[in-house]
Amino acid sequence: MIAPETRPKLDDVLLQVQDLKTHFPVKRGLLGRTVGHVKAVDGVSFTLRRGRTLGLVGESGCGKTTAGRTILRLIPATDGAVVFEGRNVFDVPPAALRQMRRHMQIIFQDPYGSLNPRMTVGGIIGEPLRVHGVARGRELEDRVAGLLEHVGLASAYRNRYPHEFSGGQRQRIGIARALALDPKFIVCDEPVSALDVSIQAQILNLLEGLQGELGLTYLFIAHDLAVVSHISDDVAVMYLGRIVEQSPAARLYANPLHPYTKCLMSAIPRARPAQAKQRIVPRGEVPSALNPPSGCPFHPRCPWAFERCPVEAPLLLPVKDEPDHVVSCHLYH
Amino acid sequence: MFSRGRYGREELRVFSRGRYGREELRVFSRGRYGRDHCKEARLTQSADILLSVEGLSTRFFTDEGTSYAVEDVSFAIPRGRTVALVGESGCGKTVTSLSILRLIPDPPGRIVAGAVRLGPTDLLRLPEDEMRSVRGNHISMIFQEPMTSLNPVFTIGDQIIEAVVLHKKVGREEATKQTVAMLRKVGIPDPETRIREYPHQMSGGMRQRVMIAMALVCGPELVIADEPTTALDVTIQAQILDLLRSLQADIGMSILLITHDLGVVAEIASHVCVMYAGRIVEEADVQELFDNPLHPYTVGLFRSRPSLEHRGPLAAIPGTVPSPLAIPPGCPFHPRCPLSDGAKCVAERPPLKSYAAGHTAACWYAGRVAEMRTRGESPYK
Repeated sequence: MIAPETRPKLDDVLLQVQDLKTHFPVKRGLLGRTVGHVKAVDGVSFTLRRGRTLGLVGESGCGKTTAGRTILRLIPATDGAVVFEGRNVFDVPPAALRQMRRHMQIIFQDPYGSLNPRMTVGGIIGEPLRVHGVARGRELEDRVAGLLEHVGLASAYRNRYPHEFSGGQRQRIGIARALALDPKFIVCDEPVSALDVSIQAQILNLLEGLQGELGLTYLFIAHDLAVVSHISDDVAVMYLGRIVEQSPAARLYANPLHPYTKCLMSAIPRARPAQAKQRIVPRGEVPSALNPPSGCPFHPRCPWAFERCPVEAPLLLPVKDEPDHVVSCHLYH
Repeated sequence: MFSRGRYGREELRVFSRGRYGREELRVFSRGRYGRDHCKEARLTQSADILLSVEGLSTRFFTDEGTSYAVEDVSFAIPRGRTVALVGESGCGKTVTSLSILRLIPDPPGRIVAGAVRLGPTDLLRLPEDEMRSVRGNHISMIFQEPMTSLNPVFTIGDQIIEAVVLHKKVGREEATKQTVAMLRKVGIPDPETRIREYPHQMSGGMRQRVMIAMALVCGPELVIADEPTTALDVTIQAQILDLLRSLQADIGMSILLITHDLGVVAEIASHVCVMYAGRIVEEADVQELFDNPLHPYTVGLFRSRPSLEHRGPLAAIPGTVPSPLAIPPGCPFHPRCPLSDGAKCVAERPPLKSYAAGHTAACWYAGRVAEMRTRGESPYK
């Protein structure tokens, strides 16, 4: 919940996620009875302004990918709302949803699994244009060639197949496909984690360049804090299906407040060999989302936990004197 | 120093016999666990070198042509230290480590030249049955993906105990005792119960601890860790790196770390070899390499790494890593290099040249890179 005076002007807001929940039923036994729910996303709210990047960071299993896919309605939501340009994505009828999807695209993590190996690159990039009836024939060819050049590939590549390309080039093809319909909003789901360091930098620079040029809005999902801090204006840290801290990127890295954020930051390998670094190691491992701990989900691992933590779930509230820095921890409220 | 002279001789005797009976092994161990020599030892003294790779070349003869995976690679691993082989995918770092263990699938692969010396023994000339006892007893390996390298149908106890019985020639009861002790050492809580569990019942971090226990249980002098933390979350990665560091301080084994992550290198390596297109292009002490990288590729690797302190566009290295089937002539980095002169760089392969004590680089313009740094410039925009 963000305090009213800091809420961005309404016309600025592209996407608003309100108390989003995605629960997956767990079925057991012969009759397939539901024995519980994995609460992959459990009450996530944030606001994304036009032309900005929100980084969603967390460890595997924290629900960041599920959140991204639920926002695009690729996974049905259990509860909550996603308001995109004033309309709730979850209430939109199927035909209108297709129109809406023109404006909301996704770039996937795995550049090997996300391109159809039997289609040419031109076919892959041109498919959204064909499906939406945007362009045909000669025009389609020109658009595909333009998109390829836009992402730094030669237009002559359109007759080749995905296996002929390296990981970085494939990720460029995935980006061209996402850009085909002139979207306003792109979910980037770990777009560089499968790439080599030197290629990672190329793709990050490309994404930043495209954002400046086309005014794109990104939800950038990643586990690598250095990558997220580099590309994001704001960063939200997720733990067990919830956002535990959110703040402008520079501030979060200078002054992390939530104990989990502190642990994450201190776990980043040091930049230089001799650099002194104090490490805060969380106890144990991430608990199962099937049976999350009571109260604050981080309390069993938290070095600063006290009596209140297992009893009462903390709320995501602004920090004193820092209205755009929200944290869900009893230490601060 | 007590360990040096005695160590070398004992080792010689054991190896020249070509047998690894219990008696010899104990002699061997005593030296190894008496650890003082590791910290104080000077790296330049040849007796402190545990393993040296000399002029190693490994090729794969495929239908599409010859893949020059590793070409003329030489480096040395001092006792009790960590040497990192750094590079991007396809640079030959994993093939180098598999060549040391002679685990290159043949065909299509073959080690075509070089030597791998463990003490006075060249592992590449050892008969296969003796090589088998080197693996595990003297050199062991930690793989990247703990799930695929543990057998899913056996309990973790069975898998480790089997290795102990086989390598140490002890009874099952003794082997179980050693396994439990080792699992406790790598930080697995309640190891007496956990040895009856299957790999899928453990988390990724725990599985990696099991892998480390398995690698260390026979007391090897060298552990090859191939991307040991790449599949893990950042907090678990930190725990595993801390564990490797403390085990090294305790046991004194050497580590050959294979990684693409310069952050991991900064955490635990003492010496670094940067590989590109099957060759070592730069080699230095870790501090020296981070302070004063001389090869444009190394500089590029540092510059393309996003960091928490520095924002703004990254200096990406243009182009892609060449395929080992088609390595560019001359300097293999020249098509991507901002300093390439288009003549000498294309025509002639630069040799590894020494620029400071223990710091070598294979670049015709390494001197210019250093000069640019003193002026506060970078080869990259």
